[in-house]
Amino acid sequence: MQEFATALDSITRVHGVRGAMLVSLSDGLVVAESSMDGVDGVPVAALTASLAGRLRRTTEAAGRRPPTFIHLRATTGTVLAVPSHDDLLVVAIGAPDINVGLARLEMLHVAERGI
Amino acid sequence: MRAVEPWVEGPLATFLDESAARLTLLMTSAGQVLAQHGFTRAFDVMSAAALGAGIMASTDELARLMDAPPFRAMAHQGVQHGLFLSGFDTPQGRWIGLVVFGPESSLGLVQLFFERLVVDLAMKAPTEAPSNRVLGSDFEDELNASLRTLFGQ
Repeated sequence: MQEFATALDSITRVHGVRGAMLVSLSDGLVVAESSMDGVDGVPVAALTASLAGRLRRTTEAAGRRPPTFIHLRATTGTVLAVPSHDDLLVVAIGAPDINVGLARLEMLHVAERGI
Repeated sequence: MRAVEPWVEGPLATFLDESAARLTLLMTSAGQVLAQHGFTRAFDVMSAAALGAGIMASTDELARLMDAPPFRAMAHQGVQHGLFLSGFDTPQGRWIGLVVFGPESSLGLVQLFFERLVVDLAMKAPTEAPSNRVLGSDFEDELNASLRTLFGQ
């Protein structure tokens, strides 16, 4: 679990990120989470995994490769997600003015390194 | 989707829309079916209700042996389907939900929206205590009436 926490801390240090978590892509369950102050991770995990799964099926149906980075921007917040190789989804939640570029780099790093 | 109690239909319809569950069964802890979605045969639904209630009774007993509070939910994940079974309290007594879902849904989604279903049912439930007539002499008539409601026959 310490490995999970260390990996997620590198994401939550990015400006604007309110929390990060690892989610089981197939189940939509939280595997690990970090600094989820004021955010209920359970619905975020379930819905983000569902979204990622649907996007993957959509791109497959279109004959394209599955997405490597998902950016969902709303008026009051942002959800970022990066599918990993081992059925995990790296998810970050943040403010609308989140540093998307840096958060993306850290998330891809966590996803590629594997947990 | 069919329900013996009309006030169950709204919350259950919302749950089915959100979770994309394939089969759903709501029953009392005794196995009396209150609502169902996805079953096409009365025999199947009565069997599933009896088995689901039996599983919950077994886990309740296991929890008692462990001096622990009753388990809230149980999940089985198969290759094609998953099964979610959970007991919950309503103003009408203790109920059990049995949900079967496919790859178009997930355990996380089912758990999430099942919790909302429980809250919605508690809000919509009539406050008066349920009658015990199902255990009376007209048990068979009540059972047949429930089956007719659940399958529209």
